Amino acid sequence: MRKRKRTGWRRVINGINISTFLVVVFIGAPLYWLIASSFKTPVNIGASPPQLFPNPVSGANYSQAFNQYNFGQYFINSLIVTVLATALVLILGTLAGYALGRLPMRGKFTLMVSLLIISVFPAIAVIAPLYTLLKDLGWLNSYQGLIIPYTAFNLPFAIWILRNYMLGIPKEMEETGRIDGAGPLRTVWSIILPMALPGIFTAAIFCFTACWTEFLMALTFNSANNFKTIPVGIATFGTALEVPFGPIFAASVVAVVPIGILVFIFRKFVISGLTSGAVKG
Amino acid sequence: MADVSMDKLNKVYENGFHAVKDMTLNVGDGEFMVLVGPSGCGKTTALRMVAGLEDITSGILRIGGKEVNDETPKERDIAMVFQNYALYPHMTVAENIGFALKLRHMPKDELNAKVKEAAEILGLTDWLDRKPGQLSGGQRQRVAMGRAIVRQPSVFLMDEPLSNLDAKLRVQMRAEVARIQRHLGVSTIYVTHDQVEAMTMGDRVTVMRSGVLQQVDTPQHLYDNPDNIFVAAFIGSPAMNLYDATVGPGARSLKLGSQEIDLPESVVLKRPSLRSYAGKDVVVGLRPEHLPAESADATGPKLTGDVDIVEALGSELVVHFTIDANRVLAEGAQDKDEAAAVKTGEGVARISAKTAVKPGDRLTFAVDIDEMQFFDTQTGLAIRG
Repeated sequence: MRKRKRTGWRRVINGINISTFLVVVFIGAPLYWLIASSFKTPVNIGASPPQLFPNPVSGANYSQAFNQYNFGQYFINSLIVTVLATALVLILGTLAGYALGRLPMRGKFTLMVSLLIISVFPAIAVIAPLYTLLKDLGWLNSYQGLIIPYTAFNLPFAIWILRNYMLGIPKEMEETGRIDGAGPLRTVWSIILPMALPGIFTAAIFCFTACWTEFLMALTFNSANNFKTIPVGIATFGTALEVPFGPIFAASVVAVVPIGILVFIFRKFVISGLTSGAVKG
Repeated sequence: MADVSMDKLNKVYENGFHAVKDMTLNVGDGEFMVLVGPSGCGKTTALRMVAGLEDITSGILRIGGKEVNDETPKERDIAMVFQNYALYPHMTVAENIGFALKLRHMPKDELNAKVKEAAEILGLTDWLDRKPGQLSGGQRQRVAMGRAIVRQPSVFLMDEPLSNLDAKLRVQMRAEVARIQRHLGVSTIYVTHDQVEAMTMGDRVTVMRSGVLQQVDTPQHLYDNPDNIFVAAFIGSPAMNLYDATVGPGARSLKLGSQEIDLPESVVLKRPSLRSYAGKDVVVGLRPEHLPAESADATGPKLTGDVDIVEALGSELVVHFTIDANRVLAEGAQDKDEAAAVKTGEGVARISAKTAVKPGDRLTFAVDIDEMQFFDTQTGLAIRG
């Protein structure tokens, strides 16, 4: 048999690397275009032929987004709504996930299936009744008016993720905890929770992203300028007379940053399972 | 330190499965008791009942003379080592070992000293800051042991703690676990399906089958005097050769298939009731080592068989042969595939490595008649007295 030896650039540019590169370009190009354009002057954004690199590099779009279009307020609104909704989802989801994954109870299957059905329910179908409900509660244009629906809509999926994660934790972990003398709460806190962290982070990132980018409910329930979230805020930058692409690009770049940071920090937890080594692998 | 006494313990699961039936067993203070049996025999369930991880359906469990049926695992003062170790992956070795002490709010200095002491016994001192994921299988096993011994419990419970290790390490850890147990003198109940572990580690061995205790005895006595066909077939490797046989008139001879063996007076004197089996069928058992090769014209009891396979182990030959008597299989003693592979009349003998023998030969074995076991065909019980 002929021995194939790949050396130098042949080894680097093999089939897998080329396809990986193409995928990265395909996914990364729009993001690059967004970032590059956010530093362009209004004239250069629409220039033909398109400008690959911003020249001159301008920060005007950013200051305009914050100063002229109230983007700072939208950012804070989004942060409050998203962080609180995510926190609620994680607390409730972890407890429910533990109960559904680990504790003996009747009707588990029915409950899980109903959760699955709820989680694929389109938001548009309930938006009108929810609107009247929130209106009656006086929660239109308020933080809780988004936090509670966001929690409700993201909880089923989080419970599914967390319940499946809990199922994967060997029952001996709890038994050994019991023998070591840990009560039920201590067992959950000191043993189950740390082992479920990758699942919790995964649920957190999904939930955060979903709340952060949610548009429909945010537009319907919180249309007052003081309570707009980022997606609604950016969408209303434009007027009938003009679409300020520069500030929109700049605001979009800032909007991506928190999610980027989140994924970067927790990538290790999400990718690698923390359970390795608990039992023989 | 304490003894463990099980008095007619029963476990019936919600689905009606009766996992442990009327189990009565006493584990003495400091004793190493091995529970052995095929999978599904109830040995792990029995252990978990002692641990407090399974409710006791009926019967009384005492630890140190005190009834503990309704006490939590924590209150029973036991430590358990699981088959998969169940180490806390997010804690270091030291934290794993010290977790139970931390829950008891032991002062930090004292806790550290105890963890260090346990680590020294187990040779884990250099690994205290590692996490379980960074350890080898043998080291993880040691950490699991460390977690148990650091608490100085009155009873150790071990559920197949070595079965996840590779063969070589298992032999090594077998000796080590036994050494640590003797060193600490803590009463231990050790569950295994590996009868070699049972024989080598236990002060006494309890054989179980289908939730019923079969026999409790020292390893050697169990090996030499099995109470019934199941124990005879389960203990020993290669397994005891069990054949259907017919006792001759006056219990002076024994017929295995077409071959006849004289029964000397000494055999019958040892078990006089054998006389009542004259003309009836019994099951006879012979260990492979009690069938040495013999020249065909030798006097004394002997059996002749056709050699199928010869396995040279260096120190001895393991010869698989066939005779025309019916081989008896004890239900459950072998797993299904193993049982299916046994041919009618197949037997195994361990003979001197110097014997010249090859497959296809006819070979004569001397029968060590004093070591022969007799069992009742109907009840499966040993014929004694």
